[in-house]
Amino acid sequence: MKLDRTIRYQADSDRDFGRQVMAVPGCERLKDCIQCGTCSGVCPLSIYMDHSPRQVMALTREGFKKEVLESRTIWLCASCYACSVECPRQIRITDIMYELKQRALRDRVYPKGLPTAVLAKEFAGMVHRNGRITESFLVVLLYLKTNWLEALGQWRLGLGLVRKGRFPFKLDAIRRRAELRRMLDPEPDDTSATAPPTDRRTP
Amino acid sequence: MKYGYFPGCSLRGTGRAYEASLLPVFRHLGIQLDELEDWNCCGATAYMSIDETSACVLASRNLALAEKAGHAQLLAPCSACYLVLNKAKHYFHEYPAMTVQVKRALQRGGLAYSGNTPVRHPLDVLIHDVGLEAIRQKVVHPLKGLRVACYYGCQIVRPYATFDDACEPTTMDQLMEALGATVVRWPLKTKCCGGSLTGTIPEAGLRLVYILCKEALKRGANVIATVCPLCQFNLDAYHHDIRRRWEDVRIPTVYFTQLMGVAFGLRPVDLGLQRGFVPFQMPASPPDEPAVAGKPVVAPPTR
Repeated sequence: MKLDRTIRYQADSDRDFGRQVMAVPGCERLKDCIQCGTCSGVCPLSIYMDHSPRQVMALTREGFKKEVLESRTIWLCASCYACSVECPRQIRITDIMYELKQRALRDRVYPKGLPTAVLAKEFAGMVHRNGRITESFLVVLLYLKTNWLEALGQWRLGLGLVRKGRFPFKLDAIRRRAELRRMLDPEPDDTSATAPPTDRRTP
Repeated sequence: MKYGYFPGCSLRGTGRAYEASLLPVFRHLGIQLDELEDWNCCGATAYMSIDETSACVLASRNLALAEKAGHAQLLAPCSACYLVLNKAKHYFHEYPAMTVQVKRALQRGGLAYSGNTPVRHPLDVLIHDVGLEAIRQKVVHPLKGLRVACYYGCQIVRPYATFDDACEPTTMDQLMEALGATVVRWPLKTKCCGGSLTGTIPEAGLRLVYILCKEALKRGANVIATVCPLCQFNLDAYHHDIRRRWEDVRIPTVYFTQLMGVAFGLRPVDLGLQRGFVPFQMPASPPDEPAVAGKPVVAPPTR
């Protein structure tokens, strides 16, 4: 019988990971977490999470990178900011979740079968191309990339949206797309500048 | 009164009825809205999962365009846009290193941003600039008998509670009462609707919607008033799935601007009221007798 160790040693962690996250704008106050669990208590989605928000805070700070980046938790965060507002140490938990999402996308370690990650990528891609989101096209793209069979199950909703005039068939775009792209693309001479969404930085 | 107007992508798609009602209602109140020229997507919640600096650049382009066009203030009716534009502004002042990057990026597109243009929400403008008295004077059909659950959702009050309380907001309650409606006590008024999770992880997202609608019905509401295109979509469009998973909790969810238009005597069709999945009608019953839309909740098994 193969025994799996269910408790991690500190030696299993990557101490740098916590430090790197805490260096990101918005994430600095993670160091002040007192593990009170208010975030988990107010989170409307913690009932579905594998690690509660409180656990994600502790795991991140201590550098348990794999556990955090592979968890469902970060992709269940709907950005309602209840935790950030209620946190007695003013930790911006929602922004830490964003940072963890970014790292999971970059390292391609997000859990398979969760379309939230795919939605973020497709969303960014559409903004990069057109400057605007056409929700109808985005949803179709999302279903094609994840589970096109499921799209068939949504025929009723789709038809309803068409009938109510809420499903545009024309792709919306800004006029000065090149101007926007110049802003979002990294400067040719500066590698530290902002990266386009498709560009993957090394971890 | 004059404001720059940032519609955002949703108001051109699934949330068309929001713009369709906002524009005539503001015109009726004598407020001029000038649409921001060549505005781009604010980035919403999704872009923050890609890169925060790029997300700030994306949002800041709009703020820079507003400054360039000379808009003293920018009106952002969509909750996600309102939050993201405000967030970009906060970051701009809070993180100098990021500010340098954002400024450089804007420069590449020939734009500049000083970080000053205030981003306002229609509720904020209506309560604090227009005033309840001026609104009351425009009411020709008081919303008598309408029992409204005022749904603020998350992102206009959190994390930047600039014009109302983060957990116990009241601006929409005041507005609805000024229109003659009865506001029901509904403690879920700032609870999350699930955002895009209703589409990506339905089990989780739809449960939040189910709880919101069920509690509103239980509290005797016959309509939910919302400020956000995504909230409206979630609370309105998924009742078939919710009934299949749990039970029928159908209740109309409309934009607060649509109810304003009804009270001002504008035609429902000019307010986009025909675009809702759960049809909205003014109740015929007297005000003290709560009329419950959809099927009343009958001793449901809680799961």
